[in-house]
Amino acid sequence: MKAAAQNNFPHRVQTALGNEALQRALGRARTGFQNNRRRAVNQVAEFQRMRSAAREIKNHTLAHLDFYLEQFADAVRANGGQVHWARTAGEARDTVAGICSAGGGGKKIAKGKTMVAEEIELNPALEKAGHEVTETDLGEYIVQLAGEAPSHIIAPAVHKTRGEVLELFARHHGAKKRGGDTAAIVAEARQVLREKFTGADIGITGANFLIAETGAIVLVTNEGNGDLCSCLPPVHIVTAAIEKVLPTLEDLALFLRLLGRSATGQEISNYTTLYAGAKREADTDGPREFHLVLLDNGRSAMLGGEFRDMLRCIRCGACLNHCPVYGSIGGHAYDAVYSGPMGAVLTPLSAGLRVARDLPNACTLNGRCREVCPVDIPLPDLLRKHRMREFEQKLGGARGRLALALWAFFALRPRLYQAAAGALLYLLKKTAGRRGALRKFPLAGGWTQSRDLPAPEGKTFLRRWAQGER
Amino acid sequence: MTAESKPAVGLFATCLADLFRPTVAFAAARLLRAAGCTVTVPLAQTCCGQPAYNSGDAHSARCIAKRVVEVFSPYDFTVAPSGSCAAMIREHYPALLGDDPGLREKSQTLARRTYELTSFLADVRDFTAVDAAFNCAVTYHDSCAGLRECGIRRQPRRLLQQVRGLTLREMADSDVCCGFGGTFCVKYPDISARMAGDKAHAVAQSGADAVLGGDLGCLLNIAGCIKRSGGGARVFHVAEVLAGLAGAAIGEGEGEGEGGGAK
Repeated sequence: MKAAAQNNFPHRVQTALGNEALQRALGRARTGFQNNRRRAVNQVAEFQRMRSAAREIKNHTLAHLDFYLEQFADAVRANGGQVHWARTAGEARDTVAGICSAGGGGKKIAKGKTMVAEEIELNPALEKAGHEVTETDLGEYIVQLAGEAPSHIIAPAVHKTRGEVLELFARHHGAKKRGGDTAAIVAEARQVLREKFTGADIGITGANFLIAETGAIVLVTNEGNGDLCSCLPPVHIVTAAIEKVLPTLEDLALFLRLLGRSATGQEISNYTTLYAGAKREADTDGPREFHLVLLDNGRSAMLGGEFRDMLRCIRCGACLNHCPVYGSIGGHAYDAVYSGPMGAVLTPLSAGLRVARDLPNACTLNGRCREVCPVDIPLPDLLRKHRMREFEQKLGGARGRLALALWAFFALRPRLYQAAAGALLYLLKKTAGRRGALRKFPLAGGWTQSRDLPAPEGKTFLRRWAQGER
Repeated sequence: MTAESKPAVGLFATCLADLFRPTVAFAAARLLRAAGCTVTVPLAQTCCGQPAYNSGDAHSARCIAKRVVEVFSPYDFTVAPSGSCAAMIREHYPALLGDDPGLREKSQTLARRTYELTSFLADVRDFTAVDAAFNCAVTYHDSCAGLRECGIRRQPRRLLQQVRGLTLREMADSDVCCGFGGTFCVKYPDISARMAGDKAHAVAQSGADAVLGGDLGCLLNIAGCIKRSGGGARVFHVAEVLAGLAGAAIGEGEGEGEGGGAK
């Protein structure tokens, strides 16, 4: 994971806040995602009960993860698939690259959307091995052309305006005249990508769920590109993380209802496909070879620790869509594969708290993410846990620590506290004067750089109360 | 609680009201008395410890929480004019002090008996004797901890309905964070300012003359943002309006406000 640049979070924030196109795109996306989800969730009276049930199914599965993973892997093998276990991102990358390079380089690879592939930085490795990789999810295709990373786990190009996409297409597809509406953009991408699907040697996709009892790999998309990647090429590789497993198809039904509503506000996504291994003799289509790469990359370590709840995450993106911080700065400011609240929990675990310490702190703990999370992950509590580890390891600035220690010293000594408060309030009130608010005050620069500090009334409440005022 | 025995309420003023806006705490005391409670203000109180807790300093937070538990245990109820501080005691003290055998039960008891002001008045006391006038169109900001940790949404609105002359004009996204977030607002001032600006914009779009809320942190943030941008809606804590103590608004200077001409 990109670690070094994490130190520059404040700079990236400023850039994002000053980028007008980004702000327009974020504003539109925020409103759309939130309204759509609200409408879809309100249609289901039992939504809260569905959330609780989903949380319990995930908790149960995580408690017996070894069992369900073995059951799942056996079923995949019984279906004619090959299972590859990868402990680290590097192992997963090498495994996929190895499969692709069997019999030589120069393969044409059509890729469906997979965040695990982003996590293991797959594309650069495949390209380095001499393969041609084409992203086929429209959003992923756009960011690939732009040479960028996805800025949202379900809407990779959410940061781009239509105008920017048109410009990008003109540059890469040739400058032929084209209409400017969304339908025209989709039609153009479709035309280009169709050849990539039919000409691909290998298809790579992710998985939304893995079903232990049948060995099915479940893929949910709105564009159908995942199905073309998996059915047309002779080789299909799935990259999936180990926490994606669900015990039964019955469980899947519940999660599909939650996922579509939480992610895009759809009752169900346009395409929901269950794959069960390679083409069998009687099948009319399907890949000749089917590989499943199961990634751990720190997840089994999370299983035994205080961030275990995070493994329930189904990558719906609802927490990003409802986070006012993500909505202000967008995904790229996080400079990590996963952004928003879920990313702010995950990134310090993968990149290290030292380099990613801003992410859990850049949050108001407003709790909206937890409110919309379909599996009830206590995201604010997990972010606070990162802050506690940060404090224990003394990773924060010395000035902040000192201020906190000073404040705690007074907070535990009411008489001293009142005396000090009295002096401070006198000073604040005097500085504010008739204006009723301060434009500047020593050590309050963080506050006053963009807002006034309302002046205190005068004496503290406790002093006035003690003096008999009622 | 029988009709004869008045419940004893320990008023947790909150550090921000104690320091910046004593009127909020006086208003809370007045409302609690009107709702048939005897009100005591323990003078050994300072803060609920949330700044330490949310900054990751669990040790300091625990020390402060212990003190609050000791100071407020004697009362039938602890009431704070803040959803954020009430949530700290209700939701987080039991977890924070859960490993301390001497305090586990006490912290759970205190958590059960602690309320934010408007939810205490509306839910526990079924208070319907608001005696105040406020000739104003107001909009209401739902502070995050109050809304999501204490379930406060309809209670302040129900109480405000009883205020003579007041009309409520809901703003868009009233449940979206204003960007205060405790130390967040000084650690990440740019993001905070953007969020506060969005909130101030929603307030202005609502056409309300005043914005009310139940948490002083948010209100200082919103008021400071409106003031910096040259004025707009007046800002009050909901308790001030309910108690008839809405004089000068938060951050308002001399000669500003009602009849002053700053609007």
